[in-house]
Amino acid sequence: MREITFIEAVREAQAEALISDDRVFIIGQEIGSYGGVFRATQDFVRRFGDHRVRDMPIAEQSMLGAGVGAAVMGMRPIVEVMFMDFVACGMDAIVNHAAKMCYMSGGQLTAPMVIRTQGGSGTHHGSQHSQTLESWFLHVPGLAVVVPSTPRDVKGLFKTSMDLDHPVLFLEHRALYRTKGGVSDPVAPIPLGRGVVRRRGEDVTVAAVGKSVHQALAAAGRMEEEGVSVEVIDLRTLVPMDVEIVLESLSRTHRLVVAHEAVERGGWAGELVSRVVAEGFDELDAPPLRAGSRPTPIPFARELEEAMISDERLIARRIRESLGLLEYSA
Amino acid sequence: MSEGASLMSSVVSPPVPEQAGGARAREAVPGGLNDAQLLDIYRSMYTIRRFEVTMERAHLAGDLYGPFHSSMGQEAIPVGVCAVLSAKDVVTSTHRGHGHAIAKGADLGRICAELWGRATGYCGGKGGSMHIVSTDHGFIGQSPIIGGSGLLATGAALSFDLRAESLVAVAFLGDGAVGQGVFHETLNLAAIWRLPVVFVVENNGYAHSFRADQMQLNPDIASRADGYGIPGVVVDGIDVFSVYTVTRTAVERARAGDGPTLIEAKCYRWRGHNLGDAEHLYRERDEVEQARRNDPLDRFRQATSGRLQPSALADIEAAVDAEIEEAARFAAESPPPDPQAALEGSF
Repeated sequence: MREITFIEAVREAQAEALISDDRVFIIGQEIGSYGGVFRATQDFVRRFGDHRVRDMPIAEQSMLGAGVGAAVMGMRPIVEVMFMDFVACGMDAIVNHAAKMCYMSGGQLTAPMVIRTQGGSGTHHGSQHSQTLESWFLHVPGLAVVVPSTPRDVKGLFKTSMDLDHPVLFLEHRALYRTKGGVSDPVAPIPLGRGVVRRRGEDVTVAAVGKSVHQALAAAGRMEEEGVSVEVIDLRTLVPMDVEIVLESLSRTHRLVVAHEAVERGGWAGELVSRVVAEGFDELDAPPLRAGSRPTPIPFARELEEAMISDERLIARRIRESLGLLEYSA
Repeated sequence: MSEGASLMSSVVSPPVPEQAGGARAREAVPGGLNDAQLLDIYRSMYTIRRFEVTMERAHLAGDLYGPFHSSMGQEAIPVGVCAVLSAKDVVTSTHRGHGHAIAKGADLGRICAELWGRATGYCGGKGGSMHIVSTDHGFIGQSPIIGGSGLLATGAALSFDLRAESLVAVAFLGDGAVGQGVFHETLNLAAIWRLPVVFVVENNGYAHSFRADQMQLNPDIASRADGYGIPGVVVDGIDVFSVYTVTRTAVERARAGDGPTLIEAKCYRWRGHNLGDAEHLYRERDEVEQARRNDPLDRFRQATSGRLQPSALADIEAAVDAEIEEAARFAAESPPPDPQAALEGSF
C-alpha cells in the first residue's frame, strides 16, 4: 500500500487512462506545459504529447462542446474545467448536449466524457471561485455525478467513470488535494452508485460526500467524547445515489443528518431526505436534518465564511438536534 | 498586408435579387460533374422541396404535431454542400434541418416516422423534427440551441484530427447563430487547431422575425472569418453550383489539414420561422413573392438546360413524389413507441 495525496491520485488516474486507451485525450486551460493550475496534468505534455494534452483558450463553451462532439465520434475526452464556478460558462454543452445525446438520438449517439473540476471554500478565493455546485447536475437526467473523498476513491471511481458510456461530472474539493491516503497497485474500479460506511455507529447516521465526509468523521469523533455513536456514510456518487445503504443504516440508527458544503436550499440533501422519508418513514425516530451552507454567496473574509459555510461544527449541531439534545434551528 | 489577407473574404456569384425572375446569365456547371451526378443533385433538391411541401400539408391536416421549420427555398445549400462530401464525412444541423438530413442521404421513411413520433423513426420518437440523427449517414445531430451545431462539428473534427483520419465535418448554421458567443469560440478553436471543419451559415435573412441587418452592422457574415485568420466566402445560396464549388475548395482545404472555412450562403426563407408563424408582423407579402421568383430549382434547370433532358427531370420528380408518398404512409402506419421506452436511454 502506497501513500499518495489526493491530487497525485487525480494525476495518476488520468495518466493511466491516457496509457490504457488511445481514445482518451485531455482538454483544459493551463493543462499543457504549465501542468494544470493544481498540477493535475504535471509533465503530461512530455509524456503524452500536446496532441492528446490540449491547452485551450479561455472558452468553456467550446471546450465542453468540442468534448461532446469528439465523444459522439468515439473518443473518450477528459475535460478539465479549472474552477467549478466556470462550469456555468459551458453549461449549455453539458446540459443541452452531452446529457441528452444518447436519449434524443434513440441510442444512436453516446457522449462518454469525464468533466473534471474542483471547487469549494476554505482558500478565500471569493464568491466566483469557491462554489460547490454538484446539485445542479442531479437535476439534469443523463449525467453521472461523482464526488470522491479519498485518493483510493479518486482512482477507483475515475476508472469506472472513464468506462461509462455517458458523461460524468467528476467533482473534486480542492481542500482535499493535499490530504493523503493509501492506494493499492492497481486500484480496483469502484462501481458508481455504491456508498461505503466510513465509520460504524449506533445513534445517528450522517451521509455525505467529498470534503464533508471528513468533516462528518471529525464531528463523529467529537460526539464520541460526549457519548454519542455516529455512523458516517460516504455516498461517493450522487447520480446514481446509493439510497439503500442509507436505509440499511437507518434501520439501526433511526436518525439521519445529510451534510454537504453546497448551499442547503435546493441542495441534493433534500433529494436524499425525500427518498428516505418515502421509503423508510417507519424507521425514523426523528426528522431527517440537512447540514448545508447558508444561502449566500461565499464571502472572502474568514469570519464571514465561517458564519455561512457547512462545516464540522454545523454537522455536530445537527447531530445534537437530531438526538433532541438541542432545539432545531435553521 | 498580412499573410491572412490572401484569405480575405471573397464573393462567388453573389445573389442579385433585383434580377430575380428576369434575365440571368446561365450558371456554369462545375467541371467534373457528369450527368448522373447532376441528376442526383436535382433529385436531392427536388426531394427536399417535395418533402417540405408534403410535411407542411400533413401538419396542417393534423397528422403531425410539434414545431415545424420549413427549409423551402434553401434547397441548394445542403445539396451543393453534401454533393462534395463522402459518406463518412459528418454533418451537423439546426432546427431547420430536414434538408440537411435528406441531402446527407438519410432514409425518407425513417425521417418521416420521426416527425410523426413513431417507433420506426430514427430516434424512436424521442427526437422529432429538430433532433433527427442518422449515424449511418454521418448525420450526427441537429442543435435547435442556436450555434450548437458548430460545436458538435468542431468536436467531431477534433476526433478526426486525433485519429489522423481524412474526414471532414460540416456545420450548418443560421444567420441567428452569429450572434451567439459560442460562434466566436467555435470558429477560433477550429482555426487555432486547424480542424477539418467547414462552417456553412445559411443566411436566409431572418432569425425568426429579426432581420439580419438588425442583428449586425456588417452585411457579410463571411467577413468575420478574417478575425480568425481563416477564409470566408460569400456565396449565392440559391445557386447549387456556386455552393458546390466553394464547398469543394473548403473541403479540400480541410482534408489537407489547412483548417476551417466560413461559408456564408445567402438565401431567403420562403416560409415563416415555423408553421403558424405570424409573418405579417415583420415582413410584407411582396417581399416573399419577389424572393420566391429566385427559385433554386429553376436556377438548376436553367443552368443545365443544355445538358439534361426535361423528361429526365420529370422522371425524377415522378419517382420522388411516389417515394415521399410512400415514406409518409410508412410513418402514418407505423406503431407509436412503447411508453416504456421513455424511461430507457438515460439515468
